[in-house]
Amino acid sequence: MAHGPAKGISRWLFTTNHKDIGTMYLWFSFAMFILGGAFAMIIRAELFQPGMQLVEPAFFNQMTTLHGLVMVFGAIMPSFVGLANWLIPMMIGAPDMALPRMNNWSFWILPPAFLMLASTLFMEGGAPAFGWTFYAPLSTTYAAPSVTFFIFSIHVLGLSSIMGSINIIATVMNMRAPGMTYMKMPLFVWTWLITAFLLVAVMPVLAGAVTMMLMDVHFGTSFFSAAGGGDPVLFQHIFWFFGHPEVYIIILPAFGVVSQIIPAFSRKPLFGYDSMVYATAAIAFLSFIVWAHHMYTVGMPVAGELFFMYATMLIAVPTGVKVFNWITTMWRGALSFETPMLFCIGFLVLFTIGGFTGLMLSIAPADFQYHDSYFVVAHFHYVMVAGAVFSMTAAVYFWLPKWCGKMYNETMGKTHFWISFIGFNITFFPQHFVGLAGMPRRIPDYSLQFADFNMMSSIGAFIYGASQIMFLYNVIATIVAGKPVSDDKVWDGAEGLEWTVATPAPYHTFETPPTIDPAHAHS
Amino acid sequence: MTTQASTDHEKYYVPESSPLAVLATIGLVLSIFGAANFMNDLTFGEPGEASPAILYTGLFFFAATLFVWFRTTIRENIAGMASGQLKKSYVLGMFWFIFSEVMFFAAFFGALFYVRNLAGPWLAGEGEGGRMNGLLWEGFQYAWPMMTTPQEAVGGAASQLMANNGSFTSAETSMAFADAHHWYAWLPMWNTIILLSSSVTVHMAHTGLLGGDKKKFNLWLALTVVLGIVFLCLQVAEYYEAYAHFGLTLNSGIYGSTFFMLTGFHGFHVFMGMTMLAIQLYRSVRNGHFTAEDHFGFEASSWYWHFVDVVWVFLFLFVYIL
Amino acid sequence: MHGAIKKALAGGVVTALATAGSVALAASGGITMDDVNMSPGVTAVGQSIYDLHMWIFWICVVIGVVVFGVMFYSIFAHRKSKGAVPAQFHESTKVEIAWTVVPFLILIGIAIPATSTLLEIYDFDDAEMDILVTGYQWKWKYEYLTEDGENVSFFSNLSTSQTEIYNAEEKNEHYLLEVDEPVVIPVNTKVRFLVTANDVIHSWWVPELAVKKDAVPGFVNETATIAQKEGIYRGQCAELCGKDHGFMPIVVKVVSQEEYAEWIEGKQAEAAQVRELMAQTFTMDELMERGKAVYQRNCLACHGANGEGGVGTAIKGSAIATGELGGHLNTGVNGVPGTAMQAFGGIINDVEMAAVITYQRNAFGNNMGDMVQPIDVFNFKKG
Ligand code: HEA
Ligand code: HEA
Ligand code: HEC
Ligand code: CUA
Ligand SMILES: [Cu+2]
Repeated sequence: MAHGPAKGISRWLFTTNHKDIGTMYLWFSFAMFILGGAFAMIIRAELFQPGMQLVEPAFFNQMTTLHGLVMVFGAIMPSFVGLANWLIPMMIGAPDMALPRMNNWSFWILPPAFLMLASTLFMEGGAPAFGWTFYAPLSTTYAAPSVTFFIFSIHVLGLSSIMGSINIIATVMNMRAPGMTYMKMPLFVWTWLITAFLLVAVMPVLAGAVTMMLMDVHFGTSFFSAAGGGDPVLFQHIFWFFGHPEVYIIILPAFGVVSQIIPAFSRKPLFGYDSMVYATAAIAFLSFIVWAHHMYTVGMPVAGELFFMYATMLIAVPTGVKVFNWITTMWRGALSFETPMLFCIGFLVLFTIGGFTGLMLSIAPADFQYHDSYFVVAHFHYVMVAGAVFSMTAAVYFWLPKWCGKMYNETMGKTHFWISFIGFNITFFPQHFVGLAGMPRRIPDYSLQFADFNMMSSIGAFIYGASQIMFLYNVIATIVAGKPVSDDKVWDGAEGLEWTVATPAPYHTFETPPTIDPAHAHS
Repeated sequence: MTTQASTDHEKYYVPESSPLAVLATIGLVLSIFGAANFMNDLTFGEPGEASPAILYTGLFFFAATLFVWFRTTIRENIAGMASGQLKKSYVLGMFWFIFSEVMFFAAFFGALFYVRNLAGPWLAGEGEGGRMNGLLWEGFQYAWPMMTTPQEAVGGAASQLMANNGSFTSAETSMAFADAHHWYAWLPMWNTIILLSSSVTVHMAHTGLLGGDKKKFNLWLALTVVLGIVFLCLQVAEYYEAYAHFGLTLNSGIYGSTFFMLTGFHGFHVFMGMTMLAIQLYRSVRNGHFTAEDHFGFEASSWYWHFVDVVWVFLFLFVYIL
Repeated sequence: MHGAIKKALAGGVVTALATAGSVALAASGGITMDDVNMSPGVTAVGQSIYDLHMWIFWICVVIGVVVFGVMFYSIFAHRKSKGAVPAQFHESTKVEIAWTVVPFLILIGIAIPATSTLLEIYDFDDAEMDILVTGYQWKWKYEYLTEDGENVSFFSNLSTSQTEIYNAEEKNEHYLLEVDEPVVIPVNTKVRFLVTANDVIHSWWVPELAVKKDAVPGFVNETATIAQKEGIYRGQCAELCGKDHGFMPIVVKVVSQEEYAEWIEGKQAEAAQVRELMAQTFTMDELMERGKAVYQRNCLACHGANGEGGVGTAIKGSAIATGELGGHLNTGVNGVPGTAMQAFGGIINDVEMAAVITYQRNAFGNNMGDMVQPIDVFNFKKG
């Protein structure tokens, strides 16, 4: 096993190497980002002007649904799993993931699952058109037959996530190098450990939800039908019991990335490491008891509304702790602004704005006006695009030199950042306005008073989308013909075991565990 | 089980590249693709013969791959490649897998509690969530087991105000104790006794193994497997009764839905657990596997079995008794 | 919070964005507050919600200014290129406690007004009148559950024409926010809306009246409003409900008490007229003419302009529409369980049903030559 990778396609099909698997996850998620982005472009093109121009309403709904599903389950989640695969073993001094063959399996079931999901576009009755939240009974009694394929692909995605996170938990709990105590682990490892707990806890619940749907569609049960004694709202409770932790599954690894990069370019240790760990755990805990903030308008008893409102508001506290710690890390550092740092600063500003709108949404009485409007769409793109995608982009720029031993083009990286940053804001800032002014989400056409801001939003989306071509180009150009770096430590301020191995990182690292200096603090 | 301090590191076994994962993927994908097509054929009435064939091929392929996969792992272990640390990874893996299963059942139990305590009363116009529901379901009285669906209370699918989305006919008889003809005819009670004792027998097998008594181990393990099979037979009998004599079906409104969902998935897990234990028995008897120190395959199966047992206790309480 | 400051701030934000490169915005001109912010609407509750919204907004702005201020200060002052030497401090329990406690206190300052506003919203009692609102794919039905409103019940459909939607005609001012028949309520009266749905979940949202409530099939939700100003208020379905979710607007007309009394009387008279029609016998031509209108309003969305099908099966040459009459009537009245084909028996009246069935049997090249009279429908429904 000391030898290098096999040759040809079988290297990728049969691999048990965490770096290979990480690479596959990353490329796969980028492909899904393009696919989901293409759907978004169709959405924005149709919404460019009032009136129906490009697509039919039914198809528009399919686009919205698939855009949400592909971005969340296909782009963001696998991208962070890829990052975890590449980095966690290197960060804790392990030779590989704990269960390497299962690791490969977790990856390989993803592409066919998405192929099946995408193939529903060509089925009779069309693809799923009930939103990524697939509320019953629109997704059961009133759905097209393709819903069965949708259900099974969700099962497979869940299976992949569960196996992936069991692997991460086992790796972190069992494979740390001697001396790498829990409170010495890099924060990225911590956030992923907690994310993995969330995944193991909620993906099965999602599986339960779609299983009940399957029964309602095909076997005559009445879980979500009042006529038989069930309740459509039951579906929403189960879905959001999964769905809310899910959004933290998306953002916690991003927090981890930011916590690695900001200290590196501040040349100063992360401020408040311990409180960062506790805050992450607190967010994870709270995420289990706030789900019904997505359901303020379903007609819950007022006591329920109040409970979920208070619990949701509380999340601002630990999240605030994180934001304050990052900023204090920068305070009196020696800052420099390479591309990864720029994306992290972009993250910090825009995620916080998204958090603020989240807090506004959490206020139940106000949410009666915000709910299901574009204000919500603006909120979650601030936290998911400027939050998760920006930090993922930062991560790629940050670790790419370590992965492939070559440096990306810094000028192009910075240009990518500025176009993304501006394009992003032009796209999603006006959506706050139209949302507050009363534009519902998930509509293919809108009344005239929303026209200007929608056109602006569409233009921004094209700019933001196009800037991703630059990203793709930069990454490929680096891999193919980038300037070689030979420093083990690519960035002068970077800390952590992954920077102690050779650049590019050899196929196998830490076959014998490194020893961690007990005096050395966390990295 | 070997407990290993996390500082005690040995050379960790990282397997060579292996086609197992891709083969398993092919099996899994064929299975779900076949299953989805099969269900759509049944529901939306476009009969096709290909889909069951795809489904069964997939399942067979999947099972065969898993067989090879586990055999490989066992052989590696026998060849001494597995370090204590790797075994700890297996332990962690099994533990968190069972935790995920717990959460899967939690979804169904959650649904049960929700309809029993909230949605049911609301439909009948009780409580803050349902003050005005009398407008839709006049005359509907809530009780659990729900032996009259809201739809039936207003005179059937044709009379309900809502658009048709199926017609739900309640059972005549519930599975509750009160509805059993004789106490000894109440199968759930027997099943409880069987499953609880099987937890004891599997524990006895374990003590046998720990004491190095393979005969005792084989005997108690065999007994456990038999109890598992008896449980499954009784459950089949119960389902037969439900469909043939009680009128309790998947169509019987929310009572039938939750009843079959919970007992059905539990039954499926019993089947899986029983199969796992049977394989361990086969390994022990045929191949002489397992020693007092090294018997993870058995241990994992027995944890799974205990888990299935605990689920049953909750099921018995909330589906049958309360 | 003074209006002038609000305007200035919103103006500032908008200008910032415009300079950030928006051609569209620069061209549009005339941005008013209503285009960028929530409207307090015409109810006391709406005003409370609006105040709460602005209160949280300003708190966030202040926190944002402080947090980003600190951050930008270090970006400018502590840059390596300026020769900054990094400090090495990395923890302080005191500040961690401080920035846990302070936000918590701020949250309490938000939670208190939020709680009282929520209780205000949830106060449905002492309503002076009830209206049952039922969401259908893709229209709303209103039933007046009042003494003077007995028998008053109607559907409210989108009235924007397909030609406008498909850009063949200039879009009018209320594009997509106009209906054939608005729901009418009296001013300064506490009206309780009982919201439910017939098929999937919809959501009844009128921003100016500060009501949004999900319409869940099989459950009746309550919400209430007291409109303090006469006028026409527009909203839309806010829960994804299928293909035409974007095309099921809500129009509420708030009128004076007198006008309301007059209107409801008129509706009563109309209802009486329909009852009379029910007893009539129509000629083929009359039925076809009426049937065509009904078809276009109720069936076209799924069965296509030429009966070619879509969401629904084709009517043209369909076995049911060219088969035995009873079967066709049954499909129309009772729908097809488990499909999008609803039981139209409860949606359109017997005259309309008779007409549309006749129409389907004799249009699109179907040539059955038979007729259905309202009385046939009535008898069929009776069993
Ligand atoms: C990455 C994903 C992500 C993240 C991190 C968040 C974070 C938060 N979200 Fe968001 N949310 C989504 C993704 C996410 N959300 C998605 C996808 C939806 C829509 C789903 C759908 O319907 O399709 C949604 C919808 C949504 C709703 C439902 C809206 C509706 O449909 O009506 C609500 C309501 O409470 C909400 C609240 C919050 C809150 C309170 C946070 C908090 O975690 C934010 C906390 C952060 C801060 C507050 C900023 C930093 C803090 C400070 C600087 C400290 C001081 C601050 C104060 C004291 C104010 N979110
Ligand atoms: C992490 C998740 C994620 C991400 C990254 C995005 C990214 C984007 N989203 Fe996403 N969005 C969701 C998650 C996400 N979204 C969810 C969950 C919903 C709710 C769905 C629902 O209602 O059910 C939603 C809904 C949603 C809507 C509302 C739809 C509706 O309500 O009808 C809109 C509308 O503008 C939108 C736009 C965009 C745009 C413009 C981007 C852009 O950031 C995308 C940019 C990326 C690319 C464009 C691809 C890469 C670029 C290239 C390959 C270059 C080629 C391109 C060009 C030349 C232009 N999204
Ligand atoms: C929301 C969508 C929708 C609307 C609106 C709708 N239908 Fe249908 N209709 C369907 C669907 C779906 C079917 C197919 C049902 C099935 O699978 O058998 C159908 C089937 C039918 C059929 C049987 C055709 C055949 O041969 O299978 C008739 C007749 C019919 N509809 C009449 C009507 C009439 C009359 C109206 C209006 C008053 C109407 N429909 C409005 C969806 C709709
Ligand atoms: Cu009705 Cu959306
Ligand atoms: Cu949430």
